Amino acid sequence: MTSKKIETLVGLFVLAGILAFLFLSLKAANLGSFSTQSGYMLQARFDNIGGLKVRAPVRSAGVVVGRVKAINFDTKTYQGVVQLDIDSNVQFPKDSSAKILTSGLLGDQYIGMEPGADEANLTNGDTVQLTQSAIVLESLISQFMFSGKSSTEAAPAAAGAASGAAK
Amino acid sequence: MNGLLNLPSAVGRTVLGMLRTLGHAGLFFVDLLRFLPGSWRRFGLILSQVHAIGNRSLVIIVASGVAVGFVLGLQLYNTLNTFGATESLGLVVNLSLVRELGPVVTALLFAGRAGTSLTAEIGLMKAGEQLAAMELMAVDPRSRVLAPRFIGGMISMPILAALFSAVGILGAYVVAVLLIGVDAGNFWSIMQNGVDVWRDVGNGVVKSFVFGIICTAVALYQGYETKPTPEGVAYATTRTVVTSSLAVLAMDFMLTALMFSTS
Amino acid sequence: MQVDNLIEIDHVTFGYDAARTILNDVSLSFARGKVTAILGGSGCGKTTLLRLIGGVHAATKGRVVFDGEVVNVQDKTQLFRLRRRLSMLFQFGALFTDLSVFDNVAFPLREHTDLTESMIRDIVLMKLNAVGLRGAAKLRISEVSGGMARRIALARAIALDPELIMYDEPFAGLDPISMGVTANLIRQLNNATGSTALIVSHDVQECFTICDYAYLLSSQGKVVAHGTPAQLNESTDPEVLQFIRGEPDGPVRFHYPAVPIAQDLGITA
Repeated sequence: MTSKKIETLVGLFVLAGILAFLFLSLKAANLGSFSTQSGYMLQARFDNIGGLKVRAPVRSAGVVVGRVKAINFDTKTYQGVVQLDIDSNVQFPKDSSAKILTSGLLGDQYIGMEPGADEANLTNGDTVQLTQSAIVLESLISQFMFSGKSSTEAAPAAAGAASGAAK
Repeated sequence: MNGLLNLPSAVGRTVLGMLRTLGHAGLFFVDLLRFLPGSWRRFGLILSQVHAIGNRSLVIIVASGVAVGFVLGLQLYNTLNTFGATESLGLVVNLSLVRELGPVVTALLFAGRAGTSLTAEIGLMKAGEQLAAMELMAVDPRSRVLAPRFIGGMISMPILAALFSAVGILGAYVVAVLLIGVDAGNFWSIMQNGVDVWRDVGNGVVKSFVFGIICTAVALYQGYETKPTPEGVAYATTRTVVTSSLAVLAMDFMLTALMFSTS
Repeated sequence: MQVDNLIEIDHVTFGYDAARTILNDVSLSFARGKVTAILGGSGCGKTTLLRLIGGVHAATKGRVVFDGEVVNVQDKTQLFRLRRRLSMLFQFGALFTDLSVFDNVAFPLREHTDLTESMIRDIVLMKLNAVGLRGAAKLRISEVSGGMARRIALARAIALDPELIMYDEPFAGLDPISMGVTANLIRQLNNATGSTALIVSHDVQECFTICDYAYLLSSQGKVVAHGTPAQLNESTDPEVLQFIRGEPDGPVRFHYPAVPIAQDLGITA
């Protein structure tokens, strides 16, 4: 086989490989959906981050506007400190709130940003002041158990059901 | 009684023999690395090897990829259906392929197709005194024959593995969306959200690169060290497939534990 | 420094493994510009001798001297230099099966010289012409016959005009015409270029027609006799006589060592 023919075929082969890589990275993974534009960092402190993971999405009105960059533990205040990487073209007022929400009933956890009403916006390095920690299932159940004080029969029955469910 | 006493010494001898072979192979590999920088000058040789190793493996890799994609789509659909989670089919197929099946199955097929062909080719060259002739012409056969093939294998493997995974995902798409009726939008969006380029695709590429090195090195070693007789070559090709496959599977376990350990 | 003997084998002992020594304290010299034959039965170390000269193996004892220089297998630079000056014609050609005939002959030129492709083309065609195969330049190696393969290998061997050409069993398995062609080529090449030729063979008659000097090795790896073909023909040594005349039984026994046949067949006297 002539060397020109071989070169062409090898070139096609490598091209096919590159296309496969691009396909796998863009269409089949999150490289395409996450904008590689520069973002700015915000901080948020939570009493309990629940099951939040690094690279979890930050959504506002359901739309992904950023990613969780890092999660650390503050040894002085015993709080979880979450670094948020927000898209540059998305601004939030200074009194916006960050909540840890669950997608679906038992899905992955993400950060939901709700805008406030302040005229000034959060800038790079600011801390989101209003936060709501993740909901812990056991606390929810015990809330439910002890809120129904009026009906005392319901409480033991609910306690029995709750302890059965909690197992 | 004598036979019983001979058993430990026989085992000992076998283990020592294996250690010696391992050492010999290791030295061979390290020696081969010395020739890699120089052989880039013979770019034409490397090209023709990428053609012989990569292009010629395309048919079986792509066909297997499609087949595996079909089967994954079908089987995983059935399983996910019992949990009502069929929308995650795309995600599960992708992760299975890109993290594991792509690199590993491609490596096993590679060992069978390209590995044996390399071993046989080099073994026959040795039997036909071609390597000795080259040596006497003051051309080191390791530089001219082995190194280009090694580089060709290193380049071809990741490409083949990527093609396998890509084609597999498309195959699963065909089965799941076009045939069964899973929602196309969910198929892709849940997949895109759940697959991380660096952690999943990237690690898969690293794996296929490592497997490429293993399979090619084993094939070249077996061919180079074979006894220059027809049975020697036949034996060597078998050993190539077996050794490559076992090494790939063992390496896969170690790499998976390293890369995907729940941190 | 011009030495009369291009190659000196000086009291060399060699074996592939410790158990079997193939060459036992042999001493040979090969005169410059002459055709010397190394004769002997199978397995007596003839090809091994060529390998020692080429520096493929190191002698266990003794030394191999090439043009006044002791061949040191460990010295890669020296080996590289020496191997540029010699070439070997292997028994079945050892042509590179992945290259065409042309590329095979061009191989040493491309590897060791900086000549342009057009110059290489001219040289290759001339070498192929010398062996009578210029028309076969475009063929693949799988398409050539055995006799042709050896001639192509010869063209490749002379591509760089070496001082020493070693022929490993050049006549084995050839038909009478091909044998005549090969013998003719070897002699003519030697006459024309003044190079030194070493022929390893067990074809006594064909060798005697073209060689100037010959050595006879025994199966114990020793030199039994040496001399010009005329001298060897007049030798009275029974080993030499048996080999030259091709007698079935003599110092080299016909029967492989075994117990008496009566014992094997279970016949009692």
